[in-house]
Amino acid sequence: MRTNIWLTRGLRTAAWLSASILLFILLFLIQESSPLIGEIGLGPFFQADGWYPQEGAFQLTPMLLGSLFVAGGAVLLATPLGIIAALFGQFYAPPALARLYRGLMELLAGVPSVVFGFWGLVVLVPWINRLAPPGASLLAGALVLALMILPLVALTADAALAAVPQQYLRGAAAMGLSRWGTIQRITLPVAMPGILSGVVLQTGRALGETMAVLMVCGNVVQIPSSWFEPVRTLTANIALEMSYAVDQHRTALFISGLLLLLLTITLVAVASHFRRMQHE
Amino acid sequence: MKAFMNVLKRKQPMNSELTTAFQIETGSSTEAFAKKEQSLEDKSRQKPLSAPGLTLKKVNVRYGDTNAIEGACLDIPSGSITALVGPSGCGKSSLLASISRMTDLTPQCQVSGEIFLGKDNILAKGTDLNRLRRRVGMVFQSPNPFPMSIEENIRFPLRDHGMRDESVIRKTIKNVLGDVGLWDEVKDRLGQSALALSGGQQQRLCIARCLALDPEVLLFDEPCSALDPLSSAKVETLIKGLKSRYTVLLVTHNLAQARRIADHVAVCWVQAGCGCIIESGDTRSIFERPVHPITQAFCQGLQG
Amino acid sequence: MNDGQKLDSGITVLIWLVSIALVVLPLSMLWDVVREGLPHLSFNFIVDQPLDAGRSGGVGSLLISTFWILGVCLLTTIPIGLGCALYLSEFVIPHSQSEKLLGFSLDVLAGVPSIVFGLFGYAVFAIQLGLGFSILSGGLSLACMVLPLFIRTAEQALRTCPKGYRQAAIALNISHAGFISRILLPSASGGIAVAMIISIGRALAETAVLIFTAGYVTRMPGSVMDSGRSLSVHIYDLSMNVPGGQSNAAATALILVMMIVLINVLARYLSRRWQHVE
Repeated sequence: MRTNIWLTRGLRTAAWLSASILLFILLFLIQESSPLIGEIGLGPFFQADGWYPQEGAFQLTPMLLGSLFVAGGAVLLATPLGIIAALFGQFYAPPALARLYRGLMELLAGVPSVVFGFWGLVVLVPWINRLAPPGASLLAGALVLALMILPLVALTADAALAAVPQQYLRGAAAMGLSRWGTIQRITLPVAMPGILSGVVLQTGRALGETMAVLMVCGNVVQIPSSWFEPVRTLTANIALEMSYAVDQHRTALFISGLLLLLLTITLVAVASHFRRMQHE
Repeated sequence: MKAFMNVLKRKQPMNSELTTAFQIETGSSTEAFAKKEQSLEDKSRQKPLSAPGLTLKKVNVRYGDTNAIEGACLDIPSGSITALVGPSGCGKSSLLASISRMTDLTPQCQVSGEIFLGKDNILAKGTDLNRLRRRVGMVFQSPNPFPMSIEENIRFPLRDHGMRDESVIRKTIKNVLGDVGLWDEVKDRLGQSALALSGGQQQRLCIARCLALDPEVLLFDEPCSALDPLSSAKVETLIKGLKSRYTVLLVTHNLAQARRIADHVAVCWVQAGCGCIIESGDTRSIFERPVHPITQAFCQGLQG
Repeated sequence: MNDGQKLDSGITVLIWLVSIALVVLPLSMLWDVVREGLPHLSFNFIVDQPLDAGRSGGVGSLLISTFWILGVCLLTTIPIGLGCALYLSEFVIPHSQSEKLLGFSLDVLAGVPSIVFGLFGYAVFAIQLGLGFSILSGGLSLACMVLPLFIRTAEQALRTCPKGYRQAAIALNISHAGFISRILLPSASGGIAVAMIISIGRALAETAVLIFTAGYVTRMPGSVMDSGRSLSVHIYDLSMNVPGGQSNAAATALILVMMIVLINVLARYLSRRWQHVE
């Protein structure tokens, strides 16, 4: 085909512009963070005596742990359940039901996180409150997040299971393996890298989720000693304090943004590593 | 065909595609067309034969480490139909694709040797692919009209090549549709989608679309293998009628078809894992007095 | 029945039970929203302005703000995203360094937490470029977030173009621009529409990006430079910061969920019809 140099240039510009947004964000967060890091180093963010931004104490550890616990709890809960849902859709449900099930999962995957948060706030938190006050807690956050990422874990696991070559399954059927035997010995091991890739991506989503955790976690800056205690995550911290933060305090929030971004980049790299494994 | 699958899958870098297949659009191709516009207008129904012949000299087509065809030598005279016959996998389609340099689109595909179109070696480095593909038209195995109306299938390529004069375009549409015997069938529904045509009609539209650009050589890659016998007969007759004005090269695995319409036949075969042309000559002598033992067996339906 | 068969049927029962529970729970959540919100939902609620910080009145101006933000977002996303998708599907050399770099950047961008887009949009669009808390800053920040999703979906649609069209275009020596505008884009238009609709769904659902960029103002926006509160931000604000705002928050959530469901159905319908045409 005859190519037009301006067309190529235009499209190339659009492509690199889209990709460079990431670079812009990274550079901009580094630029905003560097004055404070240059002044006090990285140490105080993990060793200072708590988060008292007005007094210059910027310990991010409780928030970082809060984020990790909430996301970790959600992923631990959603992964096995999501895999079960995917197995149901692929192997157990009759085709019509499986289609409906998948459609429902797709629909739930699109429900806004603020709606999950709202439901957590008005239904789940009071319910946990009856078990163990105050209700707004690490547990509430993990449950709401698990509910949120479950459809996505299920859908990616479903796709990974569907990608298992048919001849493996036929081979298993020829050997007279039971359905569960086939799944356990053949399907799951083959699909595992793809499933893990989806789980890692959803871990990133859980870590980065703001609204739902902001609404149900109680937002107390502390290292929780039980599942029923309130916590504050890195994301909630930014959302809560950005509107009035100035100077060093503001910079500290950008540093937590940078931290989140670096976590994301790591997780995406891990996920694409798993995806490559699946293809090999 | 296989070449194309590779392009679409894009498993390998396509450096070659970017540097050679996609040549930068220069003014020259449109200017050349403007001149041609004149000639098209007074192109009579019986255009005097001006098409040059093709000469293949020791052409090798390789995909990575495997040879598709090796040492192919063939004279394709103008004003006649030459058929390339042989079993599948003998490299005949690859050889055909190399004549319009469609092989450039497959990254690992390398073509060496010489192919002369008139006096020009089209495998030479500086070949202007835009010009070459204007001179060499190609029709594929399965009909591939564009998803637009019947007349737009012809108007779009013409306009894209810089022709603006609507009256010339209309005339060309009528002429080429007439050439392929479609005009009477579709003249009342030129605005309908080409995809609504039958397979045979689609294939004839694809041929008309080629003719509209006024090529010198026509390459047919098993043009009837996706069609029913009736449509296939129509396309055969059509190809036969084109030979006075174009140099026609036809790839087919249908021996009867080759015998019916070709003036010359070249037989491809796989020897030592690699395709080659084992015998060529005029149709009669190949079918009646084959020299090569494989040709003898093949033409009598004993092998392949 | 031997032990293996017992185990097999036990697991079958378990998987059915868990899978049913897994849809019952989120559906009961949606049911809660419907039950809380439906009594407050009326035509007046949809067209009226919010009063008393949202405790009474409706969401008319917020709907308008939401559409404006969406408009800005799409007007930015579609040209840039389509350009990028075309470049990825048509021009970039497969397996080259640039393809890997572009792909990785887009994958990471798709995973960046929305609050980070909020921070970025706030500091760059609102402060540095001086757009302030406005629909424009909000829409642009949202576009950064939606872009990778749109690009990847549109790219997939472009890659489904039948190879015969491309073959014919090359053999006829059609210009690349002509091929793209007359053959590739029309043949992929259904898939591109699906990409657009999925992106709209994602943008509608987003809250965290908008809090610091489009702002909180509930007035009817007069221009894209005005601050405008989106439906999602309204739900957040009513349920967290406005005592007694919960029932209106539920009604707003119901509207938002209905819009999402509608978009989902539309996307499914379009993509099915499009695949059918293929």
